[in-house]
Amino acid sequence: MTVNRMFRTCPSSGLVFHEPAEKLMRWNAVVAVVSLLIGGILALGVVLTRWQAVHILPPDMFYQVLTAHGINMLIFWVIFFEIAVLYFASSTLLKARLATPRIAWAAFWLMVLGALVNNYSVLRGDSSVMFTSYAPMGAHPTFYLGLILFAVGALVACFVFFGTLVVARAERTYRNSVPLVTFGAITAAIIAVFTIAAGAIILIPTFLWSVGLVEHIDSLMYKTVWWAFGHSSQQINVAAHVSVWYAIAAIVFGAKPMSEKVSRSAFLLYILFLQLASAHHLLTDPGLTSNWKIFNTSYAMYLAVLASMVHGLTVPGSIEVAQRKKGYTQGLFEWLRKAPWGNPSFSAMFISLIGFGFLGGISGVMMGTEQLNLIIHNTIYVPGHFHATVVVGTTLAFMGLTYFLIPVLFRRELAFPTLAKWQPYVFGLGMSAVSLFLMGAGTLGVPRRHWDISFAGNAFPHEFPGAAWLMMALAGITGLIAIVGGGMYLLITVWSVFLGKRIVTPGFQHVRAKDGVAPRPVAAGQPVIAGHGSAGMTAPGTFVLAMVFLVSFVLYYFINWKYLSTVWPLK
Amino acid sequence: MTISSTSEQVWWKEPLERTELIWIVIALVWCLIMFFMMPFWHIYGQQNLANEAYRAKPEDFMNKTQAMVDKYKVREEGPANLRVPVVRPPAGSDVYLIARLWSWYPMLELESGKSYRIHLMSMDWLHGFSLQPENINIQVHPGYEHVITVTPTNPGTYAIICNEYCGVNHHTMASRLYVVK
Repeated sequence: MTVNRMFRTCPSSGLVFHEPAEKLMRWNAVVAVVSLLIGGILALGVVLTRWQAVHILPPDMFYQVLTAHGINMLIFWVIFFEIAVLYFASSTLLKARLATPRIAWAAFWLMVLGALVNNYSVLRGDSSVMFTSYAPMGAHPTFYLGLILFAVGALVACFVFFGTLVVARAERTYRNSVPLVTFGAITAAIIAVFTIAAGAIILIPTFLWSVGLVEHIDSLMYKTVWWAFGHSSQQINVAAHVSVWYAIAAIVFGAKPMSEKVSRSAFLLYILFLQLASAHHLLTDPGLTSNWKIFNTSYAMYLAVLASMVHGLTVPGSIEVAQRKKGYTQGLFEWLRKAPWGNPSFSAMFISLIGFGFLGGISGVMMGTEQLNLIIHNTIYVPGHFHATVVVGTTLAFMGLTYFLIPVLFRRELAFPTLAKWQPYVFGLGMSAVSLFLMGAGTLGVPRRHWDISFAGNAFPHEFPGAAWLMMALAGITGLIAIVGGGMYLLITVWSVFLGKRIVTPGFQHVRAKDGVAPRPVAAGQPVIAGHGSAGMTAPGTFVLAMVFLVSFVLYYFINWKYLSTVWPLK
Repeated sequence: MTISSTSEQVWWKEPLERTELIWIVIALVWCLIMFFMMPFWHIYGQQNLANEAYRAKPEDFMNKTQAMVDKYKVREEGPANLRVPVVRPPAGSDVYLIARLWSWYPMLELESGKSYRIHLMSMDWLHGFSLQPENINIQVHPGYEHVITVTPTNPGTYAIICNEYCGVNHHTMASRLYVVK
């Protein structure tokens, strides 16, 4: 079998694309966007039902739509996109050929098949079991089968990524360490491997149970192992979107990490400590001791939280350093004021960073605290939290990267540039508002995954306070705004990719990269610490922002303890 | 391009930048404070879950609940086809509450300021005990009898709703809890 060693160099970015890798990235990205489209249409049903004044869907259909929305967004959209990011971070950034493109295609089709099978089962109507599919509530066997096929495909794709790293090393396509973005992608891929392992441990027996080969699935065992899969899969997203933040900072500003040591160590903390943190889904469950809960959520989770707090400083810090070098040195924030706010890659990345930190991060740590979880567990506060992390954080970061990839990877001009300029604001701010309102409603006790908080026709209805209804209505309105923002993204990307103006490069051809020859070494960059800041800091503005974050965090954390102290004593 | 370049220096030997160092120290201290808050609250706080839980069979739990209902029933409530007994157990006693598709059984009437050992268990799937408007939320598993000692503070009519999705009638699973003087 001959190995395809044909590469092209992107004339606008200088990036090098391996021919088969490029095609795989495109297809994975396209399927990701299709999943986003499906999930987005389903989101409309969810939003318009939970907004009680509209209440459009009947209950069975609402639960069905909610199940499909969760799975298409949380699994299919993000993971297809992440596979594209993995191939980009290995093959393109290391200028290496992708290992075993055929197996990568097999992985791709397996994932597509799994996604189709799973969607089929939900469409049947007998598998409205939500993303979590808690046993002993059972779904049709194809529900689990679809997820297993998808997971196997994703696992194979991760190994193609690792294989590509080996190829790059063996063929000496890069010098020194791998770049930071690749390092972050490796983190995501390692987390993905043990996530998928946990998924296999729980989904395979559950599948066997659904076809009658296993007699009993213990509910607590299921929930414990399932979250090692369910939560960790969100940690893949965190590692991936933090890598994308670094990538966009490098692309837009030419920013370098303030120190590689800090950023990379923070990624290592993710690998070591994220998995255990999935215990925070079990804080109000019986049969697990407080010691177990506290150890697994704090000792472990807080080191991962530390890592996120570090990235939250180093990403904008690296931008600040780069901007100060360009001469934006006045005051604390000139670097930020003069940032390219009209560039959708940058604005998406920055809103993603702020939203993930302030909304998603603070709320996540708060409700991951053993006792505080009592006043939050399973309320709509939880969807409020993860729409800030996975949607404002991950999805918006991926959207920002897409605007960079359309000309570079697809060789098309970005259609509707003015629309693109506004898209991150409409989507990011709309979704941030959704998060806030859902958290507000959750604080007032509104449950998640609930068709009717009016309890119409119920013998013993509960009357939620007017503020809760208002919050849900506001979440509905801002949800529609976010959906419009998502629609803008879909219109821009689909139009650009299929109908956009081709970027024609005269004399373009794929060329053979010289086998086994390292590219010329680049000149060593300036030392990073170069007195552009003040008070001995290279990024004083970022430090001030970080302190604002910390103060908000501390205040909000203790407000919730205060609130907890007013509820009925329990022991 | 910056995105694909790395410095000549091995990354773990790079110097630490001052902004980063200060931030790491601050963040670490904050993480430790958050860690200590949890054991602290176990000692000094009022709202903690006990670690008391037992494996139990649904029929045994049903029998214990029924025995309590027979002994302490004070009245029935609800429409004719859906009468639910209201139980007023003595303060300090063991109180049983069943979660099942799609109701809570029975309805409890407790005295404010007194403590009760509430045993929670599901007969079938996962359910969520959500006491409103107090907003106390606890996961209910089948096969696990979870014992929680609660002390209601204010008299009034409270609602217990299910907040763990449990199938197509999940949203109809609501009940009451009375707290009297």
